[in-house]
Amino acid sequence: MATIWVVAELDGDAPSTTTLELLTAVREVADPLAVVAFGAGADAMAAAAGAHGASTVFAVGDDALTGAPRAQATAIAALAATHAPELIVFPASYEGRDVAGRLQALTGSTLMGNVTGIVAADRARTEILGGTFVVDVALEGPAPRIVLMKPRSIEAEASGGGPAEVQRVTPEMPDGLRDAAVVARHEEARTGPSLDTAPVVITGGRGLGGPEAFAMLDELASAIGEAAVGATRAAVDAGWVPYAYQIGQTGKTVTPEVYVAAGVSGALQHIVGMKKSKRIVAINKDPEAPLMKLADLGVIGDVATVVPALTEEIRRRAGS
Amino acid sequence: MNVVVFAKWVPLGTPELGEDRRLVRGRDDGLDAGDEFGIELALQLTERDGGDVTVVTMGPEGAAAAIQRALAMGAHRGILVTDDALAGTDTLGTARVLAAAARRQPFDLVVGGVESADGYTGTVPVTVAELLDLPSVTFARKVDVEGGALRAERQTPGGYDEVTCSLPALVTLTAGATEPRYPSVKGIMQAKSKPLERLTLADLGLGPADVAPTQSVAEVAPAPEKPGGEIVEAGDDAIARIADLLAEAKVI
Repeated sequence: MATIWVVAELDGDAPSTTTLELLTAVREVADPLAVVAFGAGADAMAAAAGAHGASTVFAVGDDALTGAPRAQATAIAALAATHAPELIVFPASYEGRDVAGRLQALTGSTLMGNVTGIVAADRARTEILGGTFVVDVALEGPAPRIVLMKPRSIEAEASGGGPAEVQRVTPEMPDGLRDAAVVARHEEARTGPSLDTAPVVITGGRGLGGPEAFAMLDELASAIGEAAVGATRAAVDAGWVPYAYQIGQTGKTVTPEVYVAAGVSGALQHIVGMKKSKRIVAINKDPEAPLMKLADLGVIGDVATVVPALTEEIRRRAGS
Repeated sequence: MNVVVFAKWVPLGTPELGEDRRLVRGRDDGLDAGDEFGIELALQLTERDGGDVTVVTMGPEGAAAAIQRALAMGAHRGILVTDDALAGTDTLGTARVLAAAARRQPFDLVVGGVESADGYTGTVPVTVAELLDLPSVTFARKVDVEGGALRAERQTPGGYDEVTCSLPALVTLTAGATEPRYPSVKGIMQAKSKPLERLTLADLGLGPADVAPTQSVAEVAPAPEKPGGEIVEAGDDAIARIADLLAEAKVI
């Protein structure tokens, strides 16, 4: 068995769901399994980390390290030099990618992105061609090998362990380490539920024809109630909606009860982010679009007529 | 204000599985659309403040077309790193090559895309930043440079952060951060006479060991297949069917 670390992401004072997923994914092949967590909240993770299979939490530094990727990568590299983990698993988040990429430069080790499963300390799994094929990749070169695991690849499950032992670590930082600093944070209020938790996700693709058509999807979402609107990379690249809407290989992975795709052809980059939805409805002019084959219900037609008609039908049913 | 921009030559279109179960890549290759936002930023900054834009690409000889496109947009010079030893290299090898190529000229800013259209790992720019000892801002949706400092709006899952760092620095741009211009006919003509330097690994002071692949495919298996659904023509019945499905899922 191998020493494996999971780099935690905090959600308030608790480890994020993604962190617990990562622990669940690696604990069968890890011994010992440790969590690396940054900031003052790290101590509070002992119970949840232990319950999901970790024996140790390295609580690194103070709040100054929160959101500082260079300092975090430097701290992990120093800690890894002491404890020699064979594999370090990061969540494939914005922060995770920043820290993992820098760590790779410091350790000279391999880095694999888009991981959906951990087979062994030197073997990770990913999916290609929109998830139609599963590929196991052998990770070579010097340890610690680094992987970025996609959120929602598996479900988090407690294994019933007691609290992990917290080891507080005060990293030494080299002088003159230049890092970016956050001046202000802004939350952008989205109307309605978030893409992460909405039971219905309605996604627009290039087939919508333009940004104004997203208003039609907003209407449908509002008729349904608990629905959020997303977009494909093509629609985001076209500048129709902000990056925060993007569902796919990068962008968000969603697993709603119902996924409604409007004018989405189903590029592989997109399918990876939504194929675990419980029910899939596709509306597209092209019956040969890849997403039509994946759909539980595919409707061949023009989104500009089908979507408003559906909105009206849902309002009619709600009213009767 | 000198800017180095990384541009990638990628297969366009959707890859498919051929009848023999081998991957058939898109037929055409081209400049990654995600890189045009950074090229546009570099052009805007240097048009305002003076200085040069150098475009760096690693790839086969055909990738010179990606640089030509950037030169036609207005970039001043290009570097194409081509070497047989680079076939199959991964993120670390790529980052080492790009960092070495960037070091060949003085720069204030290095610009990259958030992720490539074919690999999606999204870590190469920050690995380069670490190799070059630079601070970085990733996922920037708005960037400006003022008084020797970079100011950017960084996309976050729930909004954005205002972020700053001193120059030199590295930034990666999200799609839509700028509005990339189309090359003009004049630009396309001028591009042909702009300097395009072709370099090998040895020219960069690197050897095959620096870029040796560190990952290999151990096993490929088809994912469990999902039973196919039903496809219907649009019409009143289809609308009712969608509504029924939503009702079955108890979401309306």
